[in-house]
Amino acid sequence: MSGQIALGLPVAAVLFAIGLAGVLVRRNVVVVLMSIEVMLNAGGLAFVTAGARWGLPDGQVAMLFVLAVAAAEVSVGLALVLRVRDAFDTLDTDEVSRMRG
Amino acid sequence: MLPLTWAIPALPLAGFAVLGLAGRRLTPRAVAWVGAGSVAAAFALAAAVAAAFLAAPPAGGAFSQTLWTWWTVGGLAAHVSLRLDPLSLVFVLVVTFVGSLVLLYSTEYMEGDPDYSRFFAWMDLFAGSMLVLVLAADFLLLYLGWEAVGLCSYLLIGFWYRDCANGRAAMKAFVVTRVGDVALLVGILLLFTQLGTLGIQSAMSRAVDAWPTGAAVASVAAALVLGGAVGKSAQLPLQVWLPDAMAGPTPVSALIHAATMVTAGVYLIARTGALFAIAPGVRLAVAVIGALTLLIAGFSALAQSDIKKVAAYSTVSQLGYMFVALGVGAASAAVFHMFTHAFFKALIFLGAGAVIKAMDEDRDMFHMGGLKDRMPLTFWTFTIGCASLAALPLVTAGFYSKDLILFESFASPYGDVWLWLAGLVGSVLTALYASRMVLLTFFGPLKREPSGLPGPRMAVPMVTLAVLAVVAGFVQVPGYLGGKPLFTGLVGAGLPARSSPLVGAALASAIAGVLVLAGIASAYWLYEPGRPALDRLVATPWGAALHRAFLAGFGFDAAYEAVFVRPYRRLAELDRGDFVDPAYRAAGRLAAWCGGALDGLETGRVRNYAFGIGIGVVVVLAVVMLR
Repeated sequence: MSGQIALGLPVAAVLFAIGLAGVLVRRNVVVVLMSIEVMLNAGGLAFVTAGARWGLPDGQVAMLFVLAVAAAEVSVGLALVLRVRDAFDTLDTDEVSRMRG
Repeated sequence: MLPLTWAIPALPLAGFAVLGLAGRRLTPRAVAWVGAGSVAAAFALAAAVAAAFLAAPPAGGAFSQTLWTWWTVGGLAAHVSLRLDPLSLVFVLVVTFVGSLVLLYSTEYMEGDPDYSRFFAWMDLFAGSMLVLVLAADFLLLYLGWEAVGLCSYLLIGFWYRDCANGRAAMKAFVVTRVGDVALLVGILLLFTQLGTLGIQSAMSRAVDAWPTGAAVASVAAALVLGGAVGKSAQLPLQVWLPDAMAGPTPVSALIHAATMVTAGVYLIARTGALFAIAPGVRLAVAVIGALTLLIAGFSALAQSDIKKVAAYSTVSQLGYMFVALGVGAASAAVFHMFTHAFFKALIFLGAGAVIKAMDEDRDMFHMGGLKDRMPLTFWTFTIGCASLAALPLVTAGFYSKDLILFESFASPYGDVWLWLAGLVGSVLTALYASRMVLLTFFGPLKREPSGLPGPRMAVPMVTLAVLAVVAGFVQVPGYLGGKPLFTGLVGAGLPARSSPLVGAALASAIAGVLVLAGIASAYWLYEPGRPALDRLVATPWGAALHRAFLAGFGFDAAYEAVFVRPYRRLAELDRGDFVDPAYRAAGRLAAWCGGALDGLETGRVRNYAFGIGIGVVVVLAVVMLR
């Protein structure tokens, strides 16, 4: 049990780093959104791990919140992706750099 | 009636407020009614207050009124309080009376000017400020009025601002008087720090108690106050601004630069007389400054061709007489001369204004001449004014006041025969230049047809003042003529009474009278048009040099130009790049450079921004965890 808990946080950190790398490296908007999803779940995993460590339900409650927020974010994000596709005829984030500053 | 004293300055200030806010929307007729009417109402009120004051003098010979406390900081309390005593009463009456006459004259003189309402607004502001100055019971309030009249003087000298020369004259007047104003402010603060009060009366009584006669601090304070008076009253060495101040409209010169504002210095020294009494050295300096000024200005007046400049130099000279009187401790004589001078000098300016208007703003007396039959009313009133200025014996007001000053200049315990001699020379000069004005303007062949005669609104003030230029002296008849010292009896109440030797006084007056008549006679010999005597005199090298010196006012302007103005200009030019600027410019460049350096970060790419956020989070976490 304690070993699994000890493993939870490093896994969450690695997941978060992978997600961040995806956001920074990939240019396709859809993949960027997926990477953000990975980062959110890394955060959720950290919550759950911490909740298990203290024997409290708060971590799982926070995870549910994260899921809800992630669902909302995906719906808004996908709508934006469609608009970007319509307006710029591309999914490359670097092409959509008209707003500087 | 006395509790209404506050309304005397408030009425012109209300007129100013109305004209300043709504002047452009009023018809010229309404502007004239508000502008002149507010000052006339102030005069009516002042007359009623004066009647009440004289009928039942308040306890202590003065009526005080504290309106409100301006502000209090620590031990420093500035009160807006008024004090009406015989000295301020005389000034209030003169300011409101001459002010309403001059404003009545202006309603016609300024007719058709596009800035009619602006003129009356500022004249009202001036009248109100001057009344605040003379009624103030508190040094700070006095200083407020003092600066406000200086401001109005500046605004009205430069009234016709489209001509750059007028603007320069206004600036010169403002800057030169400012030298004196700073001295006065320092003097007031010195009195406050040493005596702990801003009230004029309390400061005077504490000074007399705290400081022995001749104490250094008393002398310094008196000298600083004198500095303020010298600036405002155009005395040596700050007299240079007044002749240039003639650039303003003529009614302005009559009211501000002859009858009232320039006498503020006389008022100030009379008001702080107790301070000068314990500073004998400074009191002597007052008399010496006055004597030198009256001579220098008298000589300068002889050579001017601009009719208003003659009158301006003569104002400086007459103020010199008042300073002599103040310097020998005869404040009431000085105030009496201020009283008569206000009438005859305002009259001379109003007459000159009528002539100048008829000459279409040409002020050169050598372009005039022969106007005697064309402008008889102006001629007679102007001549009466000049006779009073020249102190024509027995029949004019100027004689009685100047005679009193001349008598005091040697008979007073602080008098000196040299002051008397300077005064006598000055009275010959006065007779000369006063007669010269009349002869050049009104006698000889007609050189130019006048383009219009003064209408009733200009004529009434001139006639009124002409009457007063004669009869105003009869309130103070010297002892050898029966003795009726009403004026000094009123103003000098509280001053130690002296019995004057009748025979000596009569002899002195006789000498002065004969000299005046001789001056007028020699003016006729010198200046009667067509006589060659003067031309021969000016043709000699010495005569030419003197003429140049007189015309230039003894070169004070040139000296100040060389010593102050030009070095200052050169310094400003040297510093055209301004040695402070590079520091500020460097700061500006640094900011621009930083902006340029950071500009590369603004790519518009979401990935780059996310990277920045990630780096930031890492740094913050590292700082928090490794601390």
